[in-house]
Amino acid sequence: MQKYSIFNLVKNAFSNHENWDLAWKDPTPKEEYDVVIIGGGGHGLATAYYLAKEHNITKVAIIEKGWIGGGNVGRNTTIIRSNYMHDENGLFSEFGMDLWRKMSQDLNYNVMFSPRGIINLAHSDAQMNAYARRGNSMRLNGIDAVLLNREQVKEIIPMADFSENVRFPIFGGLMQPSAGTARHDAVAWGYARQADSMGVDIIQNCEVIGFDVSAGKINGIRTSRGNIKAKKVGLCVAGSTNILAEKLNMTLPIETHLLQACVSEPIKPVLDNVVTFGAGHFYVSQSDKGEMVMGGDLDGYNSYAQRGNLPTLQHVLTEGIAMMPFLSKLKMLRTWGGIMDMSMDGSPIIDKTHIEGLYLNCGWCYGGFKATPASGWTFAHTIAQDRVHELNAGYSLNRFSTGHLIDEKGLGTKTWIS
Amino acid sequence: MLYINCPHCGMRSQNEFSYGGDASVKRPELNTEISDKEWDDFVYNRKSLRGKHLELWQHISGCRQWIKVERDTATHEIFRTFKADEEVA
Repeated sequence: MQKYSIFNLVKNAFSNHENWDLAWKDPTPKEEYDVVIIGGGGHGLATAYYLAKEHNITKVAIIEKGWIGGGNVGRNTTIIRSNYMHDENGLFSEFGMDLWRKMSQDLNYNVMFSPRGIINLAHSDAQMNAYARRGNSMRLNGIDAVLLNREQVKEIIPMADFSENVRFPIFGGLMQPSAGTARHDAVAWGYARQADSMGVDIIQNCEVIGFDVSAGKINGIRTSRGNIKAKKVGLCVAGSTNILAEKLNMTLPIETHLLQACVSEPIKPVLDNVVTFGAGHFYVSQSDKGEMVMGGDLDGYNSYAQRGNLPTLQHVLTEGIAMMPFLSKLKMLRTWGGIMDMSMDGSPIIDKTHIEGLYLNCGWCYGGFKATPASGWTFAHTIAQDRVHELNAGYSLNRFSTGHLIDEKGLGTKTWIS
Repeated sequence: MLYINCPHCGMRSQNEFSYGGDASVKRPELNTEISDKEWDDFVYNRKSLRGKHLELWQHISGCRQWIKVERDTATHEIFRTFKADEEVA
């Protein structure tokens, strides 16, 4: 593989950049693999990369129905954070933060990781107390957290509405300074390029139409490009999890819902951080191109549409304007939607299944992008060793039967309620 | 914008409704032996169908009745609506 470096950039400039290697190949599926990963999104690509890098398993295929990075890894709002209260989520995400910090060097691909800090705004005394508690829990797990009062928040984001007579006055906020954003497509492409260079076959435009299971053991998959034998199969298909689960006669604690995001026209730099509204569900950051990147609630009903509906967008942006009134002056550039695998406690599942050799990675709800490296790393471990790592031990499938839920938001089973 | 034909009030916009999830889920009968698996299926496990999906909505800014709606989860086409206690064939 050609290394991306200043020297290679200069060298290739002499041939008008026409002789760069392809970043990844377009192989035809082989008859058999040690591991088949279904889903060429961020998590699937990361899993294949860590299987090769950490476990030396390179006879691996990624099977993608569309094109890699065309799903949620290309549709999110690029926020990276580990500001969780519960140990399972906090430790898992903070492990991921370390991988994010090293990612550009590790992948030899600039993922433009920008640790600009995230601020969750508080709008009441009670919310300040709750944030103090969450911040303390975070710090006990080694995650940076700073409780800001109203004046401190005003210094960082003076463009927010600090007038006295608003419905949701800003009391303060909880900040995780090491949180941030990254270039989401680069994450998918960086993992793909490295995985490919270590021998992983990235097979696009290949739909899984069935599974070959006998005597409780997986033997392979059936695809639109023929049958593929596999010793182990990992499912990494986010919003399409239930569709594949049905083919396996499994019913999962997952519902598929639609989440929208949007960007404004580009403007000059105004917002340095990621900011979330505390009296509803709205978050905003400014991209390197100057667009305000915004998102919030789910559309609120089961959906596989990958496109949104205006009432929810209007509701979300109303919250945005309440928080930062200047947003009302901006023109909307683009809106889009992605389908989320909403789990019944709001936390993910990375586990083995009752079928030998079949592994499950799903339930990422709103937080799939930031989990990409940690999810890939732990899923690769779970597949390679046939046992969960302590980092994803809490993300078990049977926690719903045993009662060990990780209900970070306290929403119960209706995680789609807004 | 979805338009939902409330069986009590007629055609109204989705803004008047709130969503209540899969309507095919049945609570296990009282006073019978119930396995953990049956409870799991009732409380947590969902088919989350792509295509025709029978679901509960509440006409919260209208008659406040719960209704059942048969909707396509990929195209959002609404086929039929029913009163909450109506059996769906």
